[in-house]
Amino acid sequence: ELKVEYTRILTANNPHAPQNIVRYSFKERQYKQIPSVDQLAIHFMIDGNLLHKESEEAKKQFARMGITEIQEEEKREPSERGDEADEGAQEADTKEEGEEGETKGTTRKGRKKEKKLTNQFNFSERAAQTYNNPFRDRGTVTEPPPRATFAANVTQWEIYDAYQEDFEKQEKSKEKKVTSSRKDEGKARKKFVATEPGSDDISRMEASVKIVERMVNQNTYDDIAQDFKYWEDISDDFRDQEGTLLPLWKFTFEKAKKLAVTSLCWNPKYTDLFAVSCGSYDFMKQGSGLIILWTLKNPSYPECYFETDSGVMCLDIHHQHPHWICAGYYDGSVALFSVLDKRDEPVHRSTPKNGKHTDPVWQVRWQKDDADNNKNFYSISSDGRICLWTILKNELIFQDVIRLSLPDMTAEGPDGIKVPTTGCGTTFDFHQHKDYLFLVGTEEGKVHICSKAYTSHFIDTIDAHTMAVYKVCWNKFHPKIFITCSADWTVKIWEMTDKMDKHVAGSNRKPLFSFDLNNSVGDVAWAPYSSTVFAAVTSDGKAFVYDLNVNKYEPLCEQMVAQKKKTKLTHVEFNPSSPTVIVGDDRGSVVDLKLSPNLRKMKAEKKGAPPVDEATKIQREIEKLDRILLMVREQPTEITTN
Amino acid sequence: MAEVAEEKKADADSKRVHTYPLIRHSDMIDEMKNEAMELCVTACEKFAANNESAAKMIKETMDKKFGASWHAVIGEGYGFEITHEVKNLLYMFFGGNMAIILWKCS
Repeated sequence: ELKVEYTRILTANNPHAPQNIVRYSFKERQYKQIPSVDQLAIHFMIDGNLLHKESEEAKKQFARMGITEIQEEEKREPSERGDEADEGAQEADTKEEGEEGETKGTTRKGRKKEKKLTNQFNFSERAAQTYNNPFRDRGTVTEPPPRATFAANVTQWEIYDAYQEDFEKQEKSKEKKVTSSRKDEGKARKKFVATEPGSDDISRMEASVKIVERMVNQNTYDDIAQDFKYWEDISDDFRDQEGTLLPLWKFTFEKAKKLAVTSLCWNPKYTDLFAVSCGSYDFMKQGSGLIILWTLKNPSYPECYFETDSGVMCLDIHHQHPHWICAGYYDGSVALFSVLDKRDEPVHRSTPKNGKHTDPVWQVRWQKDDADNNKNFYSISSDGRICLWTILKNELIFQDVIRLSLPDMTAEGPDGIKVPTTGCGTTFDFHQHKDYLFLVGTEEGKVHICSKAYTSHFIDTIDAHTMAVYKVCWNKFHPKIFITCSADWTVKIWEMTDKMDKHVAGSNRKPLFSFDLNNSVGDVAWAPYSSTVFAAVTSDGKAFVYDLNVNKYEPLCEQMVAQKKKTKLTHVEFNPSSPTVIVGDDRGSVVDLKLSPNLRKMKAEKKGAPPVDEATKIQREIEKLDRILLMVREQPTEITTN
Repeated sequence: MAEVAEEKKADADSKRVHTYPLIRHSDMIDEMKNEAMELCVTACEKFAANNESAAKMIKETMDKKFGASWHAVIGEGYGFEITHEVKNLLYMFFGGNMAIILWKCS
């Protein structure tokens, strides 16, 4: 059975297809067998989405995508029909990618590339457009360059004249070339740069800074300034015989703190300016010295000061030329300062070859210009010499005027020779009217009345005090009265008598007035406005003001002026114009005090009387003093004349 | 007579001396002024006989250097009234008897 062969014939017939299909044919009205049976068997069927390029649908799609194929299709037609089948197969392959353009592109490379057919499922186009700024139209018209007209006439003579002028100008400029060019430069500099030659910005402001400084000071011390001008102690009305000193400004300078005020001097021209000399009275402690110029307008800092190597014991300001200050030093030399000079040194200074004193110079005083119009001043010192210093052609020349000798006491020299000793002068004062007459006070307590005419011979000598005379001062009005103060605690007022009997004069003279002030009196000063008022300062820091017209025995004012205890007051000076006094102490500070009305009583004028002139005033003052003196003067046992 | 002769000689001398260029009026900035002055001197010396050529040279050079329209007049006797652009005027004498006016006005 295994060997039986069966024959199978494979045909293209569909085994499942029916072999006879009968259909009703309406034409023949009977069932007829269909001759051929369809043998097609469909295994798989899927609807494709390919469109023929030239079909209506495809064309519509193309139109949608915006591809114009008309021109290209026309050209491609002949070649296309042959390739159609291939293309169709390729299209089926590449359907997913949508690369139709590419296939076409490969056949025609020269052509412009067609737009891609995009994947309709998964393609998103990205495009970005930057912001284009909007355009604007702008127009402008520029100003034409400025124009000006010019007119002239050209003639031969004009040309000639112009050349002549120029020629002359050139000649002139050649002459003055150097100076004028410098001037021009200077002017130009001044125009554009307002600086002084060679100085920096700060010094330009000097003047304005000074004014501002004074303003600030005035503001700070405004109440004091007001007091200075206007304040009057009303309580003085109730106190007949008393007055007060109102402290106004205090002038202290850092560098002067260790020094004592040795002299005060008001400037005769500028009544707010005063000079202070600082040194030391202590023999053991000698250091440097200072001359300070203060102004009432600026109590915080001196206007000007000079430092010296030796203590300054005295100074004086020239009357006519207030910038000249003469000063005497502890080392015995005298010096001349000029405030106008910007330097710190004295203009002149005496040297040992030049007549320097060998002991401290206690007082200097300017004199009137001598016959040759040379300035000159006197100095007195402990070495017993009174010297006259003259400034001759920028040199300081000295001349011994008087030697103070003590005729009574002689010392034993080395060989037993009697050597006349010299007295030590401490102070002097010149008479205001009689130029040649002056008083000298000494350390021995004597007061000599001298004349410039006699070099060794005194007109008179008075045993004024038991200790050194610190100040001797003529009365500003009365020609014969003078006052002395001394370390022996007293202040005495004397009268100078004309006809002297030398015998009597020596030891029997008595003062007209004598005041005991309980402590060493440093200084005494007459008031410039009254012949009977004077002030004194003592070593216990008190200031005394007396008015002989009111009270002959007691001070009108006894006031503690110094701030700290143990401060000695060393000097006092009245201000020539305003009712104030300055008081210096041994700590280098100066206080300005205002006198209360009681202290400055002047003779009241009768109402309706014509204004009093200087001479009459002086006369009245003198009369006032005379009246007082009348009461005090001793009955004439000595020869005295009024 | 001798004195008069001397004077005349002095005058002639001085006239001869004053041949340097003298600026009578100028509105220009210094740099421009100096350049223009030198140019005028050069032109006048070159074309001493012919004012027109000298003026032509000046005008053309100025046009090239400083732009637009320049005008130059050279002569010995004339009057003028002109409008010029500000800072562009030069009026000078040269050679003792020659006057040159140079201005810009477009």
